[in-house]
Amino acid sequence: MNNPILLIIQREFLSRVKKKTFLLVTVLGPLIFAAIMIVPAVLASMPEDEKRIIVLDEATLLIPNEGREEYPLEYLDPRENDLESAKAFFANSDYDALLYIPTGESWDPDFIKNNILLFGKDDPSINMVQYLDGVLEKQLNEEKLLRNGVDPEVVAQSITQVNIKSYTLGDAKNEAVQSATPIKMALGYIAGMMIYFFIFFYAVQVMRGVIEEKTSRIVEVIISSVRPYQLMMGKILGIGSVGVVQFLIWVILSGGIYLIASAFFLPDLLANQAELGATGAANVQDVEGLAVFDMIRSINFPLILGGFLFYFFGGYFLFSAMFAALGSAIDQEADSQQFMLPVTLPMILALVTATNVIQEPNGPLAFWMSMIPFTSPITMMIRLPFGIPIWQVLLSGAILIGTFFAMVGLAGKIYRVGILMYGKKVTWKELIKWLRY
Amino acid sequence: MIKATNVTKRYNKKLALDGVNLNIPKGSIYGLLGPNGAGKTSFIRIMNQITAPDEGEVWFGEHRLQPSDIARIGYLPEERGLYKKMKVGEQVLYLARLKGLTVAEAKSRAKLWFERLEMNDFWEKKVEDLSKGMAQKVQFVTTVLHQPELLIFDEPFTGFDPINTNLIKKEIKRLSEEGATVIFSTHRMESVEEICDHIGLINNGQVMVEGPLLEIRKEYQNGTYSFITKTKVDDWGEAELVSQTSHHMGQSYLIKSNSYPGQLVSTLAEAANLVSFEEVLPSVQDIFIEIVEHGPKTNRHE
Repeated sequence: MNNPILLIIQREFLSRVKKKTFLLVTVLGPLIFAAIMIVPAVLASMPEDEKRIIVLDEATLLIPNEGREEYPLEYLDPRENDLESAKAFFANSDYDALLYIPTGESWDPDFIKNNILLFGKDDPSINMVQYLDGVLEKQLNEEKLLRNGVDPEVVAQSITQVNIKSYTLGDAKNEAVQSATPIKMALGYIAGMMIYFFIFFYAVQVMRGVIEEKTSRIVEVIISSVRPYQLMMGKILGIGSVGVVQFLIWVILSGGIYLIASAFFLPDLLANQAELGATGAANVQDVEGLAVFDMIRSINFPLILGGFLFYFFGGYFLFSAMFAALGSAIDQEADSQQFMLPVTLPMILALVTATNVIQEPNGPLAFWMSMIPFTSPITMMIRLPFGIPIWQVLLSGAILIGTFFAMVGLAGKIYRVGILMYGKKVTWKELIKWLRY
Repeated sequence: MIKATNVTKRYNKKLALDGVNLNIPKGSIYGLLGPNGAGKTSFIRIMNQITAPDEGEVWFGEHRLQPSDIARIGYLPEERGLYKKMKVGEQVLYLARLKGLTVAEAKSRAKLWFERLEMNDFWEKKVEDLSKGMAQKVQFVTTVLHQPELLIFDEPFTGFDPINTNLIKKEIKRLSEEGATVIFSTHRMESVEEICDHIGLINNGQVMVEGPLLEIRKEYQNGTYSFITKTKVDDWGEAELVSQTSHHMGQSYLIKSNSYPGQLVSTLAEAANLVSFEEVLPSVQDIFIEIVEHGPKTNRHE
């Protein structure tokens, strides 16, 4: 066990896994990650404070007490008030907004639609404006239909919503199951986000480790025993194996949760389905739940997990080699900012384009982003749940591996010079010069 | 032990080493001396195979320097340190294993050294909890633990406190007596004069002079003599008086003279009641300054 790279890997691995923070991150990591995904959604769906609106409806367009559940509307008598007195009343009241619907000269819907006014104590929220728009539009539409001799009931009945059920053809196992596009979207997005966090998190640790060895001045002691390249690779591999262990713990944990969930809920659902046939009483929600389980099972999880490990490793190697080179060039972490942004920009770009990739997982943007090695780990993870041609996966993997080797070579050269360079503010130009040392 | 022929190293366009020839004899305590930026550290890094020379070659004993020689060298760099968060014991074992020791070997040797330097209670401590002096001891142990045949110390006495400096000088002497070859590299030439038996003077990437210290000092003897007489001397003839002090034994003089010492002695004995007479050899620093100003003596003869 005296291969120096193995020794370095061992030290890097153990010194991190033995820390209390490792346990903490491993347990809390998924919770925090889930919180990042869920909390904004929860916050957005939380009810606002109830806003009360006072209405001066000169056109008597709105029908009181009908469909006004979101914002309570109360009315001023149009026979006793005009806009000025309504405004005065509103200013001294505790209502949040005043809605003014004028009648114009001849009760013309086209006149009314352009002259409705809304006054707020502060800026009326977009939600409120949209809601009022909707209510008023519906009312005006019906009014116009009636004027043209059309029964609004007929129109309402003839508005049709199409529900396309999509299937993936060719895969016998999946054909029977409704295509799981929404779940795949979520899965792709989560996987892409996770790989970004993973790569970034561990690559930055490599950089920190390099800076630590440099500032504690142990680096020259070490490289009088091992080659700088061995030290760099040992560090990258050691920290990478921490990542793999952490990931495997998470997979096992979530796999366990999935198994427990299916053991508890699936039998109930199956029983319900059997009942459904017998009694005809549809428990719609449970059937939908069963469909979700079916859809989950239709996704190729081994491929996605394998892909995740591969792209994590590939992307992590690529970026950590760059980060190691950066870390070697600077004396303290605070100096890293100017170099970090250009290096991480491709990954951020891949995240920003995630929505486009999800909408068109086999489009040209998705294709090229998943070939360019600096974006492919993220973009490919987003695409993977949708099922993509195997040659694309192999090609992008090969490009990633090739770039990684080239990058390790370049990074090694910079690293070799950088770790022995103290007290020098380094520029990009300087780094490129080091390649030729 | 180490033989360098025509070693040249460039960093970008700057010439760090310019055709360096050095011969470091086995078992010697060798002072690699020169001002900052002379190329000492560049040469040391080449011996440690941290960098490779652009031209020339370095021999280690009977073969050209090869990667496995790393285990036979102990190196204390000028920029030195330890992993702060790591425990002393773990760290010593780790560094020893990187040099090729097994865990068992490393443990038993570390135990010996920890006892010898009175650091038994360090083992479970983290480096960040050690005092500077304690950490310096640990650093020294990690340098010598694998019983290297060649020990290289780069500016060993900067940053070490006086107690540790003495302790370490003592231990280095012992290691040298046990057969190790020791290289001291420093710009503070006076600090190694008493321990070194060989020196190499480097300036601007070139070797100015190299060889056994005593021979070099004799070669650069510049006719300086110190002596004590009972009576005062007034007439110095061709000689130049450098300094003079009076004390209870008489007069002490330091002079420079081109005459032969024997002639000086007989003249002084007759004229001034000579008590003692001594030829003063120049210090390494004097030699260095002379070489920088006038060039090496061997060149001057040519």
